[in-house]
Amino acid sequence: MADVTPMRTGAETALVDMFPAVKASLPGTAKVADARKAALERFQAVGLPHRRIEAWHYTDLRGLLREAAPIAPAPDASAIASVQSAGDPLGDIDGIRLTLVDGHLVPTLSALDRLPEGLEVTPLATALAKGHPLVDAHMGSIARAADDPLPALNAAFVSDGVVLRVVEGTALDEPIIVRNVLTGDTPAATFTRILLVVEEGASVTLVENHEAFGGVAHQGNSVVEILVGDRSQVEHVRVNARGGNGFDLSTLGVRLGEAATFRSVALAVSPAVTRHQIGVVFAGEGASLSVGGGALLNGSQHADTTLLVDHAVPHGVSRELFKHVLDGEATGVFQGKIVVRPDAQKTDGRMMSQAVLLDDGAAMNNKPELEIFADDVQCAHGATCGALDEDLLFYLRARGLPLPEAEALMLQAFVGEAMELIAHEGVRTVLEGVVESWLRARM
Amino acid sequence: MPAVQETVEKVRAIDVDQYKYGFSTDLEVDKAPVGLNEDIVRLISAKKNEPEWMLEWRLDAYRRWLTMREPTWARVSYPPIDFNGIHYYAAPKLNAAPKSLDEVDPAILETYKKLGIPLREQEILAGVQTSKVAVDAVFDSVSVVTTFKEELKKAGVIFCSISEAIREYPDLVRKYLGSVVPVTDNFYATLNTAVFTDGSFVYVPKGVRCPMELSTYFRINEKNTGQFERTLIIAEEGAYVSYLEGCTAPQRDENQLHAAVVELVALDDAEIKYSTVQNWYPGDAEGKGGVYNFVTKRGDCRGRNSKISWTQVETGSAITWKYPSCILRGEGSRGEFYSIAVSNGMQQVDSGTKMIHLGKNTTSRIISKGISAGRSQNTYRGQVSAHRKATGARNFTNCDSLLIGSACGAHTVPYMESKNASAVFEHEATTSKISEDQMFYCQQRGLSAEEATALIVNGFVKDVLQQLPMEFAVEAQKLISISLEGSVG
Amino acid sequence: MLEIRNLHVQIEDKKILNGLTLTVNDGEVAAIMGPNGSGKSTLSYVIAGKEDYEVLDGEILLDGQNLLEMEPDQRAAAGVFLAFQYPLEIPGVATMTFLKAAMNAQRKQRGEDELATPDFMKRVRAAADKLQIGQDMLKRALNVGFSGGEKKRMEILQMALLEPRFCILDETDSGLDIDALKIAADGVNALRGGERSFLVITHYQRLLNYIVPDSVHVMAAGKVVRSGGKELALELEANGYADYRSQAA
Repeated sequence: MADVTPMRTGAETALVDMFPAVKASLPGTAKVADARKAALERFQAVGLPHRRIEAWHYTDLRGLLREAAPIAPAPDASAIASVQSAGDPLGDIDGIRLTLVDGHLVPTLSALDRLPEGLEVTPLATALAKGHPLVDAHMGSIARAADDPLPALNAAFVSDGVVLRVVEGTALDEPIIVRNVLTGDTPAATFTRILLVVEEGASVTLVENHEAFGGVAHQGNSVVEILVGDRSQVEHVRVNARGGNGFDLSTLGVRLGEAATFRSVALAVSPAVTRHQIGVVFAGEGASLSVGGGALLNGSQHADTTLLVDHAVPHGVSRELFKHVLDGEATGVFQGKIVVRPDAQKTDGRMMSQAVLLDDGAAMNNKPELEIFADDVQCAHGATCGALDEDLLFYLRARGLPLPEAEALMLQAFVGEAMELIAHEGVRTVLEGVVESWLRARM
Repeated sequence: MPAVQETVEKVRAIDVDQYKYGFSTDLEVDKAPVGLNEDIVRLISAKKNEPEWMLEWRLDAYRRWLTMREPTWARVSYPPIDFNGIHYYAAPKLNAAPKSLDEVDPAILETYKKLGIPLREQEILAGVQTSKVAVDAVFDSVSVVTTFKEELKKAGVIFCSISEAIREYPDLVRKYLGSVVPVTDNFYATLNTAVFTDGSFVYVPKGVRCPMELSTYFRINEKNTGQFERTLIIAEEGAYVSYLEGCTAPQRDENQLHAAVVELVALDDAEIKYSTVQNWYPGDAEGKGGVYNFVTKRGDCRGRNSKISWTQVETGSAITWKYPSCILRGEGSRGEFYSIAVSNGMQQVDSGTKMIHLGKNTTSRIISKGISAGRSQNTYRGQVSAHRKATGARNFTNCDSLLIGSACGAHTVPYMESKNASAVFEHEATTSKISEDQMFYCQQRGLSAEEATALIVNGFVKDVLQQLPMEFAVEAQKLISISLEGSVG
Repeated sequence: MLEIRNLHVQIEDKKILNGLTLTVNDGEVAAIMGPNGSGKSTLSYVIAGKEDYEVLDGEILLDGQNLLEMEPDQRAAAGVFLAFQYPLEIPGVATMTFLKAAMNAQRKQRGEDELATPDFMKRVRAAADKLQIGQDMLKRALNVGFSGGEKKRMEILQMALLEPRFCILDETDSGLDIDALKIAADGVNALRGGERSFLVITHYQRLLNYIVPDSVHVMAAGKVVRSGGKELALELEANGYADYRSQAA
């Protein structure tokens, strides 16, 4: 019996139909245009993911995404002005700023002409239109369109973004801060992409800050691909904390070189639906990885972190720590898989996912997986789910803290453990502030 | 002699690839024609002298089964099964239903004797064994004998073959059969419903603590024969029963299909302890032959403060697809799952449990120990869920995997789904190999590499072995070491 | 008699022993002292047969038998006993089970009958009492949750029960307070006598106040650089290893 092909949903049809209408306006050479077409065909073949697809079991995007929003128009002067006047949540941090508004890099809000030595930045639209060696060599090779519908859709519709190159041996003192803002007052979709190539022995911090103004249900689909060169050190932080009642769909693909160090932390509090999917491949021996994340949700928010750590070579070390705080009728999802390939001896992998449910309407789905094909390894995962520790709450209250404050204190410590993975102090402080204000709003 | 050393002796005494239970018995056999259709279902029902309602139930299942597909989500792979290439009924020819052991074919008695299963009550009573065990012996498609029936009857306990129960206790069977595993639960359970041939039935009335261990011993003997047994155990209010099943099959080059369904029902304050020592023929070192063990086992903690505990030692079968589960419906009910799954050679294991917390203050505990050797793949797959009303639910899960050799795989796939803020789930899992330092330490004290491995593995699985009744724990310990034979290079 | 001749050993391409030569006569207690990293523990592991070490050259003979050609368990049966610096924990395996398995495995290798349970129990009790090891400790899983002192006493207990020909004590004093040290030393002293010989590896002289050696050897950079009587230990205590470090470099 053949599998019954499900009827295409309205959103699926809209996405497929949108392509011929917009493809002429999307940047790129003929080669890029072919790649877009192939990616769209790939999406067409599989459609939006649904719960029968194991990797999407707890996030039925087919059911959640009822309507596909039209692609956001390029920002006009007033849109750019609104971003300028809204202020930058990371404004206190000295950094190299690059700003995407409604899916397009805005040069006037970007430090393109005052870059430090050893850093090259090319607007992605330019790179696609004129050709770029790094794009040719790497784009789509880490977050592959063939693997999942999200990078497939992104590859088909991507409008802009940045290509970053950190030259061999360069240690960038200041973080690169990419602000990704949606301004329109009707729901719109953006497809943006960052390619970061960190050459041997270099070090850099990349911060992505996603914002959607005015509580509009925008639909963001972003892809970040990072090549972490041999012996280089990369830190990546992603935050979505302001406004927005829509979709934040993101794919992070990372390839680790020999003895490389990579750290990534994501924090989600804002969108209605978040899916953050992370794939890390250990391509060089002796690399080390730490990935963390937190989500603080209420109402009917839904946040899904899906992680695949692929130990393809020996002597890799990975640490994962994820925290969910779920209030109201929110749903948290953590799916984490550590794969150890047959030759990846001496792998050391540890993963932990913890959730606190604050309301009986909230739900948490945890699926930590180990897939081990090499014997000389140490791998472990743990998962916990429950309410706040009553004994500890009582202790705090006996010391004079009112219940909401006691709860907030405990939750701050709980989520704080994951935020502590961030090495950049200023960035960490901003994220801790986001957590704090979420907790204050709840009190 | 400590069990460890006895184990090592055994391992030494047998050749690689020699499955101790691999002999077959030559018998005159009454067999259904090969293949599956409604007539075969009718034939099985007729052979069993079943009432009409049972036949209808089977036919309904068969028709539904035709529309279903084999599950593909487990991490196992095998060539397509030809469901029309199997005999769905095979029974040793008997004059009539044997009234006593004297009427049972001596060749069958000899088979059980060789397997070490005591069937003669007087011998058991005269023997050195201190505790009594009642046995239901199922040979291919039929139950050949059930021991200690009379003594159990005095206590009010019914222990007989399911075929007999369908005839003798139709009200109990109708009330409970299919109430835990519905007809259309899954492909194999539905197939079982259509064609099951025998199995055990246990009923423990209110307030009765079953006076002895109950046990069923399953043996597949015939070639190209599927074994589809059905077991139903009911513990009424305040009752207690401990039940154990053992399984073996001859060494054959073809794969044999075994698709059983086990249903347990525990009412208020009742407790059922169900232990399995599964040692179906695993196939040879190259993966030829062996039993496909596709089994649905589920317990329903229907009553308040009821308890169901599954303990399994899985060493046999080419493929194991098995998830003994608990539905924790009654307030304060408890489910337990203790598992040792050993895979060697080309074996594939995908096993685990489901703990479904529906009621208030329900608790569950999962301890799983997986050991992979050779070129085998061993997966733990488990689900723990707390529904909206499962206030105060608690689960603790511990899954440890041990790898012996670099060509095998160990996988852990837990699903934890909580919809209640007061439910507390804790899960931990580890995967590692036997520590070289531990091995060296043991060897420095004079143990050989093989002895050291057996010792460390037995330590690794101890928490689960402790859950088995004493005499079976010793047997299981030996079995584990034998299964791992040849894995230390 | 244990004879080590011109022993060269490396681990993962790093040379640890560089032509070590040492003889321990029957009934002799030899102490090996030396700075950290001089190869003392490596020596004990190589005698006992740990896999990770690659012997490049040289030989180790126990009463003329070449130990290097034997598996660790065969060496144990031949009478080599190593009291580990860090005894291993074996979860789930009761100490009693382990002791019996080890004693009988060695007896079997030597072609002797296995011990009957009552005889075994009697021996264990007697030896345990001397070391102030309680019955509860024997019932627990081997070394799991034992304190440092308990683990070391458990090593001495095994030494007493296995009646080895040649004992190596690897930093047995590390992690012991003075009372525990005395109990352990008394245990060792009780085993002295006859042909049984000892190799006592220690960083500090302290242990040698309680287990008085017949000879003291100083190791540096993977070989014996000086040998003498027990007074050599006192000299080291006073002057430290500085001289030998520079000598080795």
